[in-house]
Amino acid sequence: MSEPVIKCEAVYKIFGENAKKMLQDSNGNVDAKTFQENGCIVGVNNASFEVSKGEMLVVMGLSGSGKSTLLRCISRLTDATGGKIFIEGQDLLQLNNKELIELRRNKMGMVFQSFALLPHKTVVENIAFPLQIKGIKTEDSISKAMDMVKLVGLDGRENYFPRELSGGQQQRVGIARSLAVEPDIWFLDEPFSALDPLIRKEMQDEFLRLQDKLQKTIMFITHDFDEALKLADRIAIMKDGIIEQLDTPANIVLNPATEYVRKFTEEVPREKVLLIGDVMDPSTNDNLGDLKVLKDEIIENVAEKILTQEKSVAVIDNNNKIVGSINPTKIINTVFGGRKNNN
Amino acid sequence: MELIKKYPKLFQWLFLLIVFFALCFAIDVPETYKFIRGQAEFVKDPNQSSFVFLGKEVRYYAFDVFWRLPPLLGWLPIWINDSLFFLMNEWMPIEFWNEDTQEFRTRPLVLQISRNLTAFMTFLIELIREILLGGLETIVAFTSWDWIDKNPWAELPGLPWTIVAAGSAILAYKLSGKGLALFAGLVMVYISIFGQWKPSMQTLSFILVAAPLSFIFGLGLGIAAFKSKRVEKALYPILLVMQTMPQYAVLVPALVLFGVGDHAAVIITMVVAVPPMILLTILGLRAIPPEVIEAGRMSGCNNWQLMFKVLIPTARRDILIGVNQVIMVCFSMAVISAFIGAKGLGFNLLLALNQLNIGLALEAGLCISLIAILLDKMSLAWANKQTDYFGNLTFFQRNKNILFFAATVIIGIILAYVGTFLFKGSYNYLFEVPHNKGISTADFWNKGVDWIFDTFFVYIKAFNTWLIQDVLQPMRALYLRMPAVATIVLVVGAGYLIGGIRSALVVCGLTLFIAFSPWWDRALVTAYMATFGVIVSCIIGFTVGTLCFQNKHSASFMLGVCDIFQTFPSFVYLIPVMMLFGITDTSVLIAVIVYATIPATRYTIEGLRSVPIGLHDAATMSGVNKFQRLTKIEFPLAFPHMMLGLNQTIVFALFMVIIGAFIGTEDLGQYILKALSDKKGAGIGFTLGICVAFIGLIFDNLIRTWVEKRKKHLGIN
Repeated sequence: MSEPVIKCEAVYKIFGENAKKMLQDSNGNVDAKTFQENGCIVGVNNASFEVSKGEMLVVMGLSGSGKSTLLRCISRLTDATGGKIFIEGQDLLQLNNKELIELRRNKMGMVFQSFALLPHKTVVENIAFPLQIKGIKTEDSISKAMDMVKLVGLDGRENYFPRELSGGQQQRVGIARSLAVEPDIWFLDEPFSALDPLIRKEMQDEFLRLQDKLQKTIMFITHDFDEALKLADRIAIMKDGIIEQLDTPANIVLNPATEYVRKFTEEVPREKVLLIGDVMDPSTNDNLGDLKVLKDEIIENVAEKILTQEKSVAVIDNNNKIVGSINPTKIINTVFGGRKNNN
Repeated sequence: MELIKKYPKLFQWLFLLIVFFALCFAIDVPETYKFIRGQAEFVKDPNQSSFVFLGKEVRYYAFDVFWRLPPLLGWLPIWINDSLFFLMNEWMPIEFWNEDTQEFRTRPLVLQISRNLTAFMTFLIELIREILLGGLETIVAFTSWDWIDKNPWAELPGLPWTIVAAGSAILAYKLSGKGLALFAGLVMVYISIFGQWKPSMQTLSFILVAAPLSFIFGLGLGIAAFKSKRVEKALYPILLVMQTMPQYAVLVPALVLFGVGDHAAVIITMVVAVPPMILLTILGLRAIPPEVIEAGRMSGCNNWQLMFKVLIPTARRDILIGVNQVIMVCFSMAVISAFIGAKGLGFNLLLALNQLNIGLALEAGLCISLIAILLDKMSLAWANKQTDYFGNLTFFQRNKNILFFAATVIIGIILAYVGTFLFKGSYNYLFEVPHNKGISTADFWNKGVDWIFDTFFVYIKAFNTWLIQDVLQPMRALYLRMPAVATIVLVVGAGYLIGGIRSALVVCGLTLFIAFSPWWDRALVTAYMATFGVIVSCIIGFTVGTLCFQNKHSASFMLGVCDIFQTFPSFVYLIPVMMLFGITDTSVLIAVIVYATIPATRYTIEGLRSVPIGLHDAATMSGVNKFQRLTKIEFPLAFPHMMLGLNQTIVFALFMVIIGAFIGTEDLGQYILKALSDKKGAGIGFTLGICVAFIGLIFDNLIRTWVEKRKKHLGIN
């Protein structure tokens, strides 16, 4: 496998005056309580993970769990107190100011919860802003920005000011702006949290469409577990600055690592998250029905078909090869039986 | 005992008052005490004692320390004065090349800097003045061989008033719309017809120099303070003092440093106008959501790009509100600077008031007020104007205002040219209406004043006598009767009860400064006049505010009235009261009351308005009637904001009391006025200004601390 695009090694972020010294003294065993007694607040506590190219990592947690802080450490909007962060092998914390600006101008894009558009610029000027900052000629930057306007479906509104747009439209501008420099790494900080539920769903679909087309390396922050499940390749669940579990959606639902993660997964509609492959019986027997289902199908989509069968159903992979079987009772247990069967 | 436990604060206050009065009665008035205590600079009196500090003799009347503290700071004004003179005339002599005599001359550094600065300012003012009023010698100096000598042949006429009037109307139209354009045009026509053109343009040129410079300095310092905590901490106390320092008092040191005239006035105006600009810049930059800053950073901005492409445009509105403040301060300073010889409307006003020509004063005052309103409305309109997209407009649409202006310039010139034939041998009224050759209503007003005096003299006099004899003099006597120690105990005790030990220490320091200065008695008189004004203003303001609040339209109307009145330079308020009450303390107090009622009313309405609608609904659903809603819901919640209004009322009242010295009062202001005409007055004027500022700051500290606590308690921010 190629080198990971983002790599974090034991990253700490501690707010407070003598945070650095306290971190050194603690030898990596950071206890939030003792730090708090000394006037320090732990934002990120020993985060280590990798994100590979084209992958979407969703960081999930309640407010105050440190997820935004983690993102700001990786984009170096704040400096991490300890640990190492590598962006495509480059040590982020060793970069000087100039190199950092270069990196941001070419490799990184970020979308914000409150959109953070510049109120004095029109839609197209907002989108062209990062390009102009780079020193690209006004004409070129505007024509490039117009492409972006079309990409996010705002054509016809390019000369509007942010104050004249709805929340969803404003966030489309934010997305277009972050994509204007064609970054490899895309940070999204709760991009849809400030939107209405209906618009949010629309924007999620839009976002998936874009990602399908662009294949960026993404870190996506959210406090909405459903959103995380819908979008993520992998999910990191954070609590009090600690990454409680980092795994695929299915694994998080099926095998929650801690009590905290379990609480989150309890209410999740499993049939919408799990794939046939996640729950199938890998052993095959001959006593199978005629129906064949794809391994990568979401349970919800095929549950009805399977449940009408009396026998077990064959599970095939993309090459039409039988890789396992699934019994209708298994489906019922998965959907209605809750945890008992799966643990 | 039960009661004490139930209302601990109340009993603490009672205890404080008991101690205060006990002290008052325990300490007798010394037999040698006379009002007007020894001033360091006056002739020696046999009752005076003296001490020597840093080689300076400081004289004072010796009293019991409980009665009045000795003027331990009496050396301060003398010392400031001497240091200033030393700085100006002796410190760091450096050789400078003299262009005229073609040789090196030795001059002290500060003097040279001050002279150069003065020359530069004079040049700027002259330049703008000559554009507006004619005689383009300054510009032509650029073309002269040595850049200094003016070419005598270069004498150009100024802009005809028609062009300036049309130009300001077009500008107003662009900024706001037809209404303001009409107003701007009418104001300009009024100015011209009433022959106030020249002084008005002189004042305007003063503002056109002072305001942009103040803006640049204020913005720069504001940005510096935003970026560095250290700069902010260093600036903070200066900003605080400048907010409560009477503008009048700043004039005095300017005299020494820069001499008399427009240039000195411009420089000192900048000193006064920069602090509000700094404050609003910091405020605006702070109010930017952090995500916008992060977005800028993630777009790859370096610090410079972040500041000028992201932060400042985002904070545009607050910064432009700062510009509005700067313009208004500059304007009111332009009027007050008449005291140090600035030309223009203020000078005419001062002259007219000195001659007791109320009619002329009224005309000048009206002119000042109209320009003030116009400037205020225009700069506010600029701040509130939102950028529009103009890429899809045609060339004509985009530039129509400039084109219109060009057309009016041509028409104006033609008109002026036609005028030379029309008014052959007399003044060309289409070019410029000369001063005092316009319509004047002064006689009418003067007759009116005479009539008022003739008709109502008895009543006015009776009112005057009653007020002075039965209210003011007893009150003044009471204030002066307070032993210094008792006053300090009262103030510090109040500080402790309101804000704890920290507040008590701050307040104690401020009070001690005044007590140790040689002007404690004068400060008491200032305090008494301000107190009287504040009490009456608050009663009127709170009542009017509450009444107006009952109806949405009357509330907005009242706020509009407050807006307009607030734009008038404080000096203007003296005109009508002098018209009615002549030269008495009553006049000053009435001016104080009128001026200080503005913030009291405004903050009352704003406070009542800020009560959340949800609470109104909740109260209505609980079945309260209007009166209950006012007393149980609105007043308690609006009270903190109303107290901030009180704070402003105090500051306004102090300003007016000090300016009232012009009419003749016996307080700190009188000495500031004296210092203005005293060659060695710089130190005294400055120290007096600080004393007044500190009186304001004592109340400011107490009220703000209380309000913050109260707001936290109520959970409103």
